[in-house]
Amino acid sequence: MTEAAAGALRRSLNLAHPDEIYNAIVDAHKDLDDEQCRAFDARLILLLVNHVGDADAIREALAAARPEGEGKPNDR
Amino acid sequence: MGSYEYRRYPYRRPAELDGKNKRHPVVIVGAGIAGPTLALALAARGIASIVLDEDDTVSFGSRSICQAKHSLEVWDRIGVARRVVEKGITWQQGEVYLGDRPIYHFDLASEAGHKFPAFVNLQQYYVEEYLFERCLAEKLIELRFRNKVVGIRQDPESASVDVETPDGCYTLEAEWLIACDGVRSAVRHLLGLPFPGEAFDDQFLIADIRLASGFPKERRFWFYPPFHPTNSVLLHRQADDVLRVDFQLGRDADPEEEKKPENVDRRLRLMFGPDVTWTHEWTSVYTFTCRMMERFVHGRAIFVGDAAHVVSPFGARGGNAAVADADNLAWKLTRVLEGNSPASLLDSYCSERRAAARENILNSTRSTDFITPKFPASRAFRDATLALARDFPFARAMVNSGRLSVPTVQPGSPLDTPDGDSDWQRGPAPGSAMLDAPVVHDRGGFLIDHLGQGFTVLCFAANAADLPDLPAGTAGLMVGCEGPAPAGWTSLDDRDGLLERRYDGREGTVYLIRPDRYIAARWRRPDAMAPASALRRATGHG
Ligand SMILES: Cc1cc2nc3c(=O)[nH]c(=O)nc-3n(C[C@H](O)[C@H](O)[C@H](O)COP(=O)(O)OP(=O)(O)OC[C@H]3O[C@@H](n4cnc5c(N)ncnc54)[C@H](O)[C@@H]3O)c2cc1C
Repeated sequence: MTEAAAGALRRSLNLAHPDEIYNAIVDAHKDLDDEQCRAFDARLILLLVNHVGDADAIREALAAARPEGEGKPNDR
Repeated sequence: MGSYEYRRYPYRRPAELDGKNKRHPVVIVGAGIAGPTLALALAARGIASIVLDEDDTVSFGSRSICQAKHSLEVWDRIGVARRVVEKGITWQQGEVYLGDRPIYHFDLASEAGHKFPAFVNLQQYYVEEYLFERCLAEKLIELRFRNKVVGIRQDPESASVDVETPDGCYTLEAEWLIACDGVRSAVRHLLGLPFPGEAFDDQFLIADIRLASGFPKERRFWFYPPFHPTNSVLLHRQADDVLRVDFQLGRDADPEEEKKPENVDRRLRLMFGPDVTWTHEWTSVYTFTCRMMERFVHGRAIFVGDAAHVVSPFGARGGNAAVADADNLAWKLTRVLEGNSPASLLDSYCSERRAAARENILNSTRSTDFITPKFPASRAFRDATLALARDFPFARAMVNSGRLSVPTVQPGSPLDTPDGDSDWQRGPAPGSAMLDAPVVHDRGGFLIDHLGQGFTVLCFAANAADLPDLPAGTAGLMVGCEGPAPAGWTSLDDRDGLLERRYDGREGTVYLIRPDRYIAARWRRPDAMAPASALRRATGHG
């Protein structure tokens, strides 16, 4: 995606301590098996998505998180 | 099985079999929900019709149970709503459970001051019985049982159907042929028209049982209940102490096995415990589809209800959409038959009701995806939502066990005049359904009691001198006006101030309401020509 097409989704750093948060996320998954990870991530995404609250930003994030060529295009 | 007595309605030898042929203005194929509703709405406007049904009784089994407010409003105008409300169960509350824990409670009665409740639960066979009785008492309607349509021909001016009866075959010619013949529409098949959409393979078991229970009048939905731990269960009250229990069975269940009484009883026993007794009313296993025709008008044939579109049952949208279709079509067809509007007015039936069907299918597909997730990530998000719902109110709003039928919005219809004023804070915009409110008047205590079969001009004005000119053929309702009503106007007393509130009815505000109770246009202070020009547009002359 080009910068011009981006709008609502923040691209620059927005965290005071990025390493801390990154590791907190990874650590939270440490002793979970794959299925538990998926359940955990789903809950986490829903919590954060509601907190963000900006539908445009969320849609941009959905597009940005899905690299081109991975899976079938989502036409729904 | 079942306590409902299926009456056989009399078959009468059609006059056509004895050579009495003439072209009829309207022939309706199918006497389910849509057909009789349409026939009665036409008769209320003076239009005669013949209704054909291959069968001679009402819907076998209950099928549709949740009759929505907007359907009750339509039936009110054809004298059926009162019986539906009296016989049915009025409910407004719903409870959603995860396991045995309530996680979400909803209340549909957010606002008082409407003639009809959000929902009345009544078995489809009762609704059809009441519709049939009204049809049989109506001189303008001929309801022909055991008359099955088996062939169809069209030319630019008419359509003819071949009809099979116990006494042989005859042909019936109509200016307009209305296909209300359900999801397996014979008319659609005979015309070779496609019915594109999506089929779902999850199976559901319906057990309608009679038990004199103290069950509250609310809808209950369980995800993973202890008595059916792998899937969901839906519970509804119906009339005659009948309960609808709807078990989600998954894809691999064997429908014949599941329908066996001992297997149904085993599931029910787990649900209700050892002390409750019941008798069976109706059992069936169903899967569902979401489909919609590309056009609802094909030459002289018009498709209505399930014949034109079907949705999953989640949200109670099928029968209610069929009623809304009939209501949308009735006034347009009347105008076209009487030469007051061009036949192109019927194109708006197609565009408006296709938009509604799309909205219904979208909503019911979303509910379906939530209730029956189709791939692992979908299930993960569904379960995550349920897990969060107890502690996080936002997640409760995402729990989708069916978004219940409300009137669909028909934005951008060519019949509507878009808002010119921008200071609306509330009130139904063009393309939205009107809102009811209590009024004081000896002809009826609600706004909907004062809407006739034609267009209505609703005006908020303190002085009769400020009323706009009434376009020909419209009826005027004035709110907040002192003194006697001028000719053509009825003065309504806005007792609770709800009319003004619901319509953002500041001084000078005018609404043009269509015969199907949708808003065609609204103004803060219309100039002299505005209502007449909006009316022309709304009647297909725009
Ligand atoms: C399990 C279940 C639950 C549902 N719950 C709800 C609910 O709660 N609320 C809701 O609004 N909807 C609900 N629905 C949907 C509802 O039942 C349908 O949408 C509704 O019946 C559609 O009405 P209709 O008049 O279009 O068609 P139908 O009611 O199917 O009527 C079609 C009629 O056409 C006749 N016919 C067919 N072929 C011919 C022919 N060749 N010649 C003459 N006559 C013919 C048939 O005999 C029948 O009487 C539910 C459906 C199911 C299956």
